[in-house]
Amino acid sequence: MKAASHRADSRDAACSFEVERVRADFPILKLKVHGKPLVYLDNGATSQKPQGVIDALIQYYSAENSNIHRGVHYLSEQATAAYEAAREKIRAFLNARSEKEIIFVRGTTEAINLVAQCYGRGSLRSGDEIVVSAMEHHSNIVPWQMLCEQIGARLRVIPINHDGEIVFEEYQRLFNSRTKLISVTHVSNALGTVVPVKAMIAAAHAHGVPVLVDGAQAVPHMRVDVQDLGCDFYAFSGHKLFGPTGVGVLYGRAELLEKMPPYQGGGDMISLVTFEKTHYNVLPYKFEAGTPHIAGGIGLGAAIDYLSALDWQRIAAHEHKLLSYATERLADIDGLRIIGTAKEKAGVLSFVLDNVHAHDVGTILDQEGVAVRAGHHCAMPVMQRFGVPATTRASFAFYNTIEEVDALARAIYRVRKVFG
Amino acid sequence: MSDLDELYQEVILDHNKSPRNYRVMADANRTAEGYNPLCGDHVTVYLHLEDGVIRDVSFQGSGCAISKASASMMTAELKGKSAADAEELFENVHKMLTGAAADGGEKVGKLKILSGVCKFPARVKCASLAWHTVNAALHGDTRPATTE
Repeated sequence: MKAASHRADSRDAACSFEVERVRADFPILKLKVHGKPLVYLDNGATSQKPQGVIDALIQYYSAENSNIHRGVHYLSEQATAAYEAAREKIRAFLNARSEKEIIFVRGTTEAINLVAQCYGRGSLRSGDEIVVSAMEHHSNIVPWQMLCEQIGARLRVIPINHDGEIVFEEYQRLFNSRTKLISVTHVSNALGTVVPVKAMIAAAHAHGVPVLVDGAQAVPHMRVDVQDLGCDFYAFSGHKLFGPTGVGVLYGRAELLEKMPPYQGGGDMISLVTFEKTHYNVLPYKFEAGTPHIAGGIGLGAAIDYLSALDWQRIAAHEHKLLSYATERLADIDGLRIIGTAKEKAGVLSFVLDNVHAHDVGTILDQEGVAVRAGHHCAMPVMQRFGVPATTRASFAFYNTIEEVDALARAIYRVRKVFG
Repeated sequence: MSDLDELYQEVILDHNKSPRNYRVMADANRTAEGYNPLCGDHVTVYLHLEDGVIRDVSFQGSGCAISKASASMMTAELKGKSAADAEELFENVHKMLTGAAADGGEKVGKLKILSGVCKFPARVKCASLAWHTVNAALHGDTRPATTE
């Protein structure tokens, strides 16, 4: 243990300045929980918010609150401008060609459901096949199962190996004339695997098959360029990207979005309504029925402003250091098995302890101020694949520190003590 | 005693390690499955009910220490009780676990050792899963019981 702390000190010196500086931007990180400093390692569930995001919400509700796209008055113009400015920030963040390709949704789940219903029901037929991987979140499984039931399509699954990596040859073997859509995660929420989506997209496009990428766990850890990836759809949630809950983004290639029917009917998504016929609005509004989460969209824009000012090369190096140090520290603990040992990983360390259920681990860690997630992580097929009922998951963000990894390890030793 | 020590008392850890009546019952005339969708805890309860009396009760499943210990203690407590008494005990245990028992859980006998759970709201469902399940079995409910 002593040797490990020494290693921690020397590693920390290299990056402590930046970490302490960014930590000061997140007010919640100063909290104490059960009398101990909060060690927030549940970033995979949701991330904390920098002061800039919190301020943007306050500013909106104190000085801009109004409905968008319809008022002729001053406030409505302010709110519309702020909301549309956020859309432009997201476009730049993803390097999409046009703001028309950025659809505001509630989150990744709604984005995937939108594609399943609007693209799926419009373009797929009975007997067609949709391909997902064995490490998807339920939100990238269930919408496709619902679609399959509705139209008689079939869901096929790319297997993963024991490290939690896509078996690429098996993926390529799944293609046939009935393969109509691939929907795959960019980073696994339960295992942390970084999926080689760029190569998978190229393989799918060689067969003329479009690809949706679930980026919920990827965008907090890496910069994503949708044109470079070549994906047809990309989905993510604001709240995992240091922004508010209840807002997320669906990027879709304009060419596909144009051909898709609307998702929901209502206000804002129309250009003309009569009882005889309704004309739909242009992109992106065609998919945005009803008053959206205006403050949330603006808050997400503020989160992207915040992230854009950071040095992402240094952040990537810091996160890599955190994850490899945590992997090393935890691997030292007797009876601890890490689930998800892919070569390329981001942000997630899932583990099981011999004879101790993840829920008990989670409760004891919480008493030490360490917040983790315990359970199946909305990825029950992944748990089945690894033959475990649940795991404990520590998930990191750039504001986490080496000392927090040490606190995690100490808390796990306490679990060992309680359970003997 | 700290909240954590109260939650994970020796007796509870012992029931977790060597659960009582942990077996499939071949001649069960009532069974029910319980499932906690939040964490994936899963339990099957077997009853042999005769003339309104629980002659035998056992369980199997996977779950955390609290859910396993609670199920184990439950089976030990229910053997020989009438269905009506079992239901009354279920009510009292539930009140104790949720912190709603005015007397702090005096009416539950040995099960009072689980009273520490009420300080951990996230764990109440773990402790009550087996009870919801046995209740479903007593009522002949064939749908899986959940803690929701």
